[in-house]
Amino acid sequence: MRTALTILVLAALASTLPACSGGEKSSNTLRVAADTEPAALDPHLVTGFTEHRLLTSMFEGLTTLNQKTLAVEPGAAESWTVSDDGLVYTFKINPKAKWSDGTPLTAKDFVYGWRRHLSLNLASEYSYMLWCIKNAEAYNKGQLTDFDEVGAKALDDATLEVTLAYPAPYFLSMQIHYSWFPVLQSNIEAFGKIDDRNSKWTRAGNMVSNGPFKLVEWNPNQIIRVERNEHYWDAANVKLDAIEFYPMQNLLTEERSFQSGKVHFIETLLATKIETYRKEKPEVLRIEPFIGTYFYRFNTTRPPLDDPRVRRALAMAIDRQSICDSVMYGAASPAVALTPPELAGYTAKARIDFNVEEARRFLAEAGYPNGQGLRPIEILFNDSEDHERIAEAIQDMWKLNLNVEVTTNKQEWKVYLNTMNALGYDVVRSAWIADYLDPMNYMECFVTGGGNNRTGWSSKPYDDLVEQARYCVDPVQRYELLQQAEAILLEEAPIAPIYTYKQKLLVSPEVQGYDINPIGYLNYRSFSLASATP
Amino acid sequence: MGETKEPAHVVEHGTSLWKDAWRRLRRNHLAVFGMAMLTLMILLVIVGPWLSPYSYETQDRALGAAAPSASHWFGTDTLGRDLFTRILYGGRISLMVGFAATAVSLTIGVLYGAVAGFARGRADAVMMRVVDILYTMPFTVIVIILTVYMGKSIVLLFMAIGAVEWLTMARIVRGQVVSLREKEFIEAAEVMGLSRRRIILRHLIPNALGPIIVYTTLTIPAVMLLEAFVSFLGMGVQAPMSSWGVLIHDGANTMEEYPWMLIFPSIALSLTLFSLNFLGDGLRDALDPRMAKE
Amino acid sequence: MTKFILRRLLSFIPVFFIIVTMLFFLIRIAPGGPFQGGERAVPPEVLEKLRETYNLNAPLYRQYVDYLVDLAQGDLGPSMYQPSRTVTEWVQLRFPVSLELGFYALLVAMTLGFLAGITAALRPNTITDYVPMSFAMVGICIPNFVLGPVLVLIFALKLGWLPVAGWADPLDKVLPSLTLGTAYAAYVARLARGGMFEVLAQDFIRTARAKGLSETRVILRHALRGGVQPVIAFLGPAAAGLLTGSFVVEQIFQVPGLGKQFVDAAFNRDYTMLMGAVLVYAVLILCFNLVVDVIQAWLDPRVRYG
Repeated sequence: MRTALTILVLAALASTLPACSGGEKSSNTLRVAADTEPAALDPHLVTGFTEHRLLTSMFEGLTTLNQKTLAVEPGAAESWTVSDDGLVYTFKINPKAKWSDGTPLTAKDFVYGWRRHLSLNLASEYSYMLWCIKNAEAYNKGQLTDFDEVGAKALDDATLEVTLAYPAPYFLSMQIHYSWFPVLQSNIEAFGKIDDRNSKWTRAGNMVSNGPFKLVEWNPNQIIRVERNEHYWDAANVKLDAIEFYPMQNLLTEERSFQSGKVHFIETLLATKIETYRKEKPEVLRIEPFIGTYFYRFNTTRPPLDDPRVRRALAMAIDRQSICDSVMYGAASPAVALTPPELAGYTAKARIDFNVEEARRFLAEAGYPNGQGLRPIEILFNDSEDHERIAEAIQDMWKLNLNVEVTTNKQEWKVYLNTMNALGYDVVRSAWIADYLDPMNYMECFVTGGGNNRTGWSSKPYDDLVEQARYCVDPVQRYELLQQAEAILLEEAPIAPIYTYKQKLLVSPEVQGYDINPIGYLNYRSFSLASATP
Repeated sequence: MGETKEPAHVVEHGTSLWKDAWRRLRRNHLAVFGMAMLTLMILLVIVGPWLSPYSYETQDRALGAAAPSASHWFGTDTLGRDLFTRILYGGRISLMVGFAATAVSLTIGVLYGAVAGFARGRADAVMMRVVDILYTMPFTVIVIILTVYMGKSIVLLFMAIGAVEWLTMARIVRGQVVSLREKEFIEAAEVMGLSRRRIILRHLIPNALGPIIVYTTLTIPAVMLLEAFVSFLGMGVQAPMSSWGVLIHDGANTMEEYPWMLIFPSIALSLTLFSLNFLGDGLRDALDPRMAKE
Repeated sequence: MTKFILRRLLSFIPVFFIIVTMLFFLIRIAPGGPFQGGERAVPPEVLEKLRETYNLNAPLYRQYVDYLVDLAQGDLGPSMYQPSRTVTEWVQLRFPVSLELGFYALLVAMTLGFLAGITAALRPNTITDYVPMSFAMVGICIPNFVLGPVLVLIFALKLGWLPVAGWADPLDKVLPSLTLGTAYAAYVARLARGGMFEVLAQDFIRTARAKGLSETRVILRHALRGGVQPVIAFLGPAAAGLLTGSFVVEQIFQVPGLGKQFVDAAFNRDYTMLMGAVLVYAVLILCFNLVVDVIQAWLDPRVRYG
């Protein structure tokens, strides 16, 4: 009975992907599926990617990026100068820039925002993004109480001077991140203290922002609606009247909402749907590179994984192409290094390739010819179907290629984090999405004792190279140092890179004025809808 | 048995209750069909994997998810593993979980409910408030705690699931017992000085068998599907082993692309449940003391 | 009876206290906490400050006492994961949605369930028994994470009659209510059939029929009373569960209900939010089980309450 019904239904459905239109909503409103309900709309409290999408529509940092080339372009600052040692940036704030309530935007608003974000009482989980500013780390940790000693000064309303702790060539492009967004002091303090986590200032009707759009409705788990901010300095070039974000939390629901026309844009298509779209609606499918690396960490404090040869053998026995093609349906590309290729002009020269023969040789050298004498290795991952299938595939490869027995261990997210941080694992599924456009962001993870190291691995030469690169002014030499560091990392293999992420978007042909770039940066001020009547 | 003192509607003829029930059960075609089907299913999941040319973990990633064919009767999953073999292996887990966890919940629930209903008064009130309290404990958190502090074992899985599923059974049985308890034959049994234990086990529970059997047959599928959630939290089956619940869950995500991944495990689960229900109804009718008169 | 209800209401106080206590410690035993960083490590100074802000550094008994004091004043605290709203605000936002969805689902479950169950019991082992009972079986075999998407594919995507997801228009509410209600309808149907079937075989029903009472009267006045007992016992906790939301259905249909809040809070270790959500559920469980007991007493006046 049930079966007959299901077959009937599925047979009927398998035939086509019907395209119903979305009803009579406002013609100039972009409708976007958000992957989840944001934890907050306070740029100084959030940590997620969905929040990045939402906040980029409402706020604007000092700079913006060209969506196609990722070149730095003016944002709230119309121009800037950099000192020769790369340490002092002087920004001129755009005189036309205003807050959504009409208040002029000043350099002080940035200083205030950064002071807020760095205040220990606010306890932001992302405040370390600002630590490249001189003394910011000490202030954030409460070791320094006078913000005047932090390298951010409003020389006057229009001039902002930032002194860095070390030359950070990525400093300008980093300004698109919400952790750098300004907030309006009078707005924040109308609803509480500067460091109040539970403030109501981000509610619709309360929030004042400086971006192309302003918040008008926030109905949790249903809709977040932003409308054009008429006070925005470039409002004349903002084409959309409004954007509606629908938080979904279920990738299948997102895809169905796209099919039905409820949304124009979804960020994450379920990998299993890619084939269908390739065949039937290739015009809406966008598979694009993304600067994130999926990799396995090895616990270097546990025998036999304390032997670099064993780690390297395991890393080399992973058929990455097969994982990308079969498990990920082509929505990933094989990663042979920790850093994704062409990251701000940097591509790692060192690599870990799929090479079964060499892997076997390494394993034999380590004293385990054909896997003999090696205890079973456990792969830890958190609860998601993709992680599970990848672990199963790698389990199969290690067994087949190296004759290594592998067990799997799935844990709930927080339990998994605990186990990983306590080094209670053999091999653990990991990922790193760049915070900012620079290989340094990847390299600094694995310095001795770093919070993101989580492998127990420690290498003095590596630490030295990363430290030298941090203070290096010459860009060519800086990348050379990072190259050497990454070569050590891949040689000793506390990690095994698996794949580089790809973005899997569905975009209605109506949507125009955007470019998909590898950092997933969208600037809604340039978006438009073909159907909208001008 | 020859219990002359039993109230009239429990034992009618000279033959024993069970012998009688068995005779009636055999006459019920649907029940016999259910029993045969179930036996076949159990045999299949025990013996089947030995006969299948594939193992549940052998991957053919180049093949990927392929529709049913002569070489793969039920098709393959997204890693190219033979679905037929995986369903057979998964059946071992699911049937085991279904029966064991249900048995746990049945035993606790029936005894607890019957005792509470029989005791009446303050003891009943306290026992039922304990049930209320247990209802409110968040299952997710309990499973996470169990996984971490007790390790991962299949026995623990039965216990965890059984331990939450008994609550409603207890409430149903208590509801029955509370009203049965006021009937004449129980009073008579009490007057005759039968032990409480005997009254509960021999008189109250048998007369509440109807709802108990129905709810048991409802518990089994619920438990099998709950297992998928528990496995998701990392407690149940570990990859690459699978279960019907997990297979159905995975299949649901790809029902449009690879419908066979949903349909075949669903058929396996449904067939089992239909058989169970036929058998359950038959059992209930056969054991019902009143039916003996017909 | 009044005395029974009053005494029972009074018993809620210690029961509620026990629930709060057990829950408070249970969720703190679970590994991981609300503030431990994620894929990215968070500076230890910040984590320390966060724990201090939310009173997680105090000794456990102190945290517990503080929580009880706040709770006694009706203060459930701010959500730890979604800081811009308090737990009370979240519950106020979400609970009405779940109540509404749960109410429709309950309506679906009871209407379909009772109809099917009673019809089936009247003529056992005939076609009017097999057909509704087969449907009930189907309802039990199809989990809602399968039924929901199938309904969406047919009614929203293929036929275009109903929206795929959301909770704004009245039409949005049809599919989630059906999905959520169907499984429960199947339970009700099976339990109702079983109960009715037994009662109908009893002597007093035969007597009533023999006296020439109309069949409708026999069913409504006499059989239903005993027959629905198991269903009612099942419905108490089921209703409490339905009205506090279903994670799966809310997620499939993008319904902003309490069920998702509940599960998310457990995964995020959002202690305050989880406590709040469970307490709402606890109140409902206690009330519904009381209502059920009252109904059972009313259906069967012989039952004594002591």
